[in-house]
Amino acid sequence: MKTVFKRTPTLKDCPTHYCPGCGHGIAHRLVAEIIDELGIRSRTIGIAPVGCAVLAYDYLDVDMIEVPHGRPPAVATGMKRTNPDKIIFSYQGDGDLAAIGTAEIIHAAHRGEQITVIFINNAVFGMTGGQMAPTTVLGQVTATTPKGRNRTGEGYPLQISELLAALPGAIYLERCSLHNPAQISKTKKAIKHAFELQIEGAEGLALVEVLSPCPTYWRMTPVKAMEWIEKEMTKVFPLGRLKDVAGE
Amino acid sequence: MCGNEALAEAAIIAGLDAYFGYPITPQNEIPAYMSRRMPEEGRVFVQSESELAAINMVFGASATGKRAMTSSSSPGISLMQEGLSYLAGAELPAVVVNVMRGGPGLGNIAPSQADYFQATRGGGHGDYRTITLAPASVQEMADCMPLAFDLADQYRMTVIVLADGILGQMMEPIVLDKKKRRKLPAKDWALTGATGREQNIVRSLWLGETALENHNYKLQAKYENIQKNEVLCEQYEVDDAEIVVVAYGIAARIVRPAVNKARQAGIKAGWIRPITLWPFPTEQISRAADQMRIFLTVEMSNGQMVEDVKLAVAGKAAVLLYGRPGGGVPTVDEILERIKQLTLPAKR
Amino acid sequence: MSWVTKYEMQDTRNEFYEEVVIAGFGGQGVMLAGKLLAHTAMKRGLEVTYMPSYGAEVRGGTANCMVIIAKNKIASPLVSRPDSLIIMNKASLSKFASRLKAGGLLIFNSSLIDGEPQLPDTIEILAVPADDIALELGNLKAANMVALGAYLQKRGLFGSDAAADSLVDILAKRHHRTLPVNTKALHRGAEYVVSRS
Repeated sequence: MKTVFKRTPTLKDCPTHYCPGCGHGIAHRLVAEIIDELGIRSRTIGIAPVGCAVLAYDYLDVDMIEVPHGRPPAVATGMKRTNPDKIIFSYQGDGDLAAIGTAEIIHAAHRGEQITVIFINNAVFGMTGGQMAPTTVLGQVTATTPKGRNRTGEGYPLQISELLAALPGAIYLERCSLHNPAQISKTKKAIKHAFELQIEGAEGLALVEVLSPCPTYWRMTPVKAMEWIEKEMTKVFPLGRLKDVAGE
Repeated sequence: MCGNEALAEAAIIAGLDAYFGYPITPQNEIPAYMSRRMPEEGRVFVQSESELAAINMVFGASATGKRAMTSSSSPGISLMQEGLSYLAGAELPAVVVNVMRGGPGLGNIAPSQADYFQATRGGGHGDYRTITLAPASVQEMADCMPLAFDLADQYRMTVIVLADGILGQMMEPIVLDKKKRRKLPAKDWALTGATGREQNIVRSLWLGETALENHNYKLQAKYENIQKNEVLCEQYEVDDAEIVVVAYGIAARIVRPAVNKARQAGIKAGWIRPITLWPFPTEQISRAADQMRIFLTVEMSNGQMVEDVKLAVAGKAAVLLYGRPGGGVPTVDEILERIKQLTLPAKR
Repeated sequence: MSWVTKYEMQDTRNEFYEEVVIAGFGGQGVMLAGKLLAHTAMKRGLEVTYMPSYGAEVRGGTANCMVIIAKNKIASPLVSRPDSLIIMNKASLSKFASRLKAGGLLIFNSSLIDGEPQLPDTIEILAVPADDIALELGNLKAANMVALGAYLQKRGLFGSDAAADSLVDILAKRHHRTLPVNTKALHRGAEYVVSRS
């Protein structure tokens, strides 16, 4: 029998703790596949956030660290500056990167740190029980916006990738989604490119924002969640390449 | 060389790989010096966007096995407490220099010793300790750096160098020591890329029934070991003393002439200077307290170390405080006066 | 532990022990004068400490530094009762004059301070027109060196030559073109004292 699909070695052979329909499992697999395809496992160091992906080191078989909430870009700076030959990536959620860690991501990009950032945007705080994230869309009901997010007092959803695009130190920014196989394939290409830039020594920060489903805290079935990304989330967070200095 | 510069050069000699920091008075000579010297040595200097980022850059560099440090002054050290707690949980070595200034709040930039509790009690959340070294001269600002890095690496924890504005700014002649001190264990836990070995994980999250409790017992055993083996303390004329003045850092230097003058005035006075504030020289002070006598702590705060002295004395003798908070610096005459007040009436 | 500095009975005053405060306003070079004094003494095998006032209080306000020179190790680097005072402006005179030890020495910049300060008889007072002498040399900024030269001559710790030799160590490279005028200023300060005695 011919093997047409198998687990990539850097993805550990174990069940994850993620909810049914969660996007983290897909994103983890993409990262693992890319690390194996690029042959960089032995020189890659990953940074797990505080959030649902805090246990990413249980699933990704590379050297990994778990760090304070929001600080992965600062930790990555410390690692990359002292180990320019290593490939450093951070894997961060929207609470981690777009709320508590806004200063760290902006300044890492501002300094042009040569790191790869995978930013999982699911428009909600998952780990703590579905509270409003900076990326929560208007009208979205969460544990802390029981009447739906209201722009008065709660603000508009924060478009972090667009913010970062203004910084010369951010050299590659792309927003992708996991809502169907074609988009997943695009996401993989984007993340791979973000790693390749670092391998090539491109002078700046590469970030891929990934719209990812959270059926549990969106209070939807997994299928409905995928549809909601396509219909609602992409309206606020349009997909596509925001910036690619090398490709321009 | 001022104290801040001496400390910076000594850190470089001690093998510092990376310095991360954010400006704050009165320690600005350290980042300025590092920004010039570290690139000269082909090493890393980054001016971070905040103290929060600085300590996390240290966290990252240290996790890869590099020698990393940051420096700041009181308000900046407060911001770093999150990182210090994580460093303790993840058992990563780090050296943090606090050139203390007056507080609370923005306070002032005058020399102070009001961060004693913060340094010796862990400072951040959770059950942990940080080794705390208290230099008292420009020479010691330099000499404590190789020791700080060795202790940090040996015990995989943070070492705080607790100085103050005077020590940072003053100049004295010094000799820089280039010899390595300790034999250290290999950093086989470091994140260097999983080549020919299983993945290494650095973390402070311990889920599962008793995982965190057991991790804490392990930390505690380490701390007990340090308390047993790493206490540094200096004492003078304690054996026959009726009054023992306890002070650390710059305050200890102001105490010396006061005690000498008291001796000249016929008062049996001596002093004890803790050099490690944690581990605290509990045994040395307890032994001194076995003869009936008075302890006077002199601190540039409203009394913080005095609590450790009381714990060590355990009711065997009187423990009193002469403290000057908010950037006040006690003078030799003030201390002498206090010694006289405490001892002369007792002779009547 | 071997790395701990050993101090002796340093403050018994049986041995040589000189505490100096140099004070003026920001820009008068009081820090430089203090550093030069401490560095020169160090090169001559004496123990020294140098403690500057620092931070915001210096900018635009008064600046001062404390220098201690001694035969034995120095314990406290802080000076509360100086043996000698070098005062460059009026504000510093009112701040520090009363702290002088009995039998102490006051050198003040008479170019900026009118009249003789009222101090106890035991105190030796020396008026030095430091700014005027520096202006004669073509650089007002050298007034600090004039005052320091006068102090060295008066106290006799070491000559103004020794201080002049140390200037190269203390002055930042970008200021090395001022070495000649600073050297001259040190000597002129010393000569002024000789001419008045």
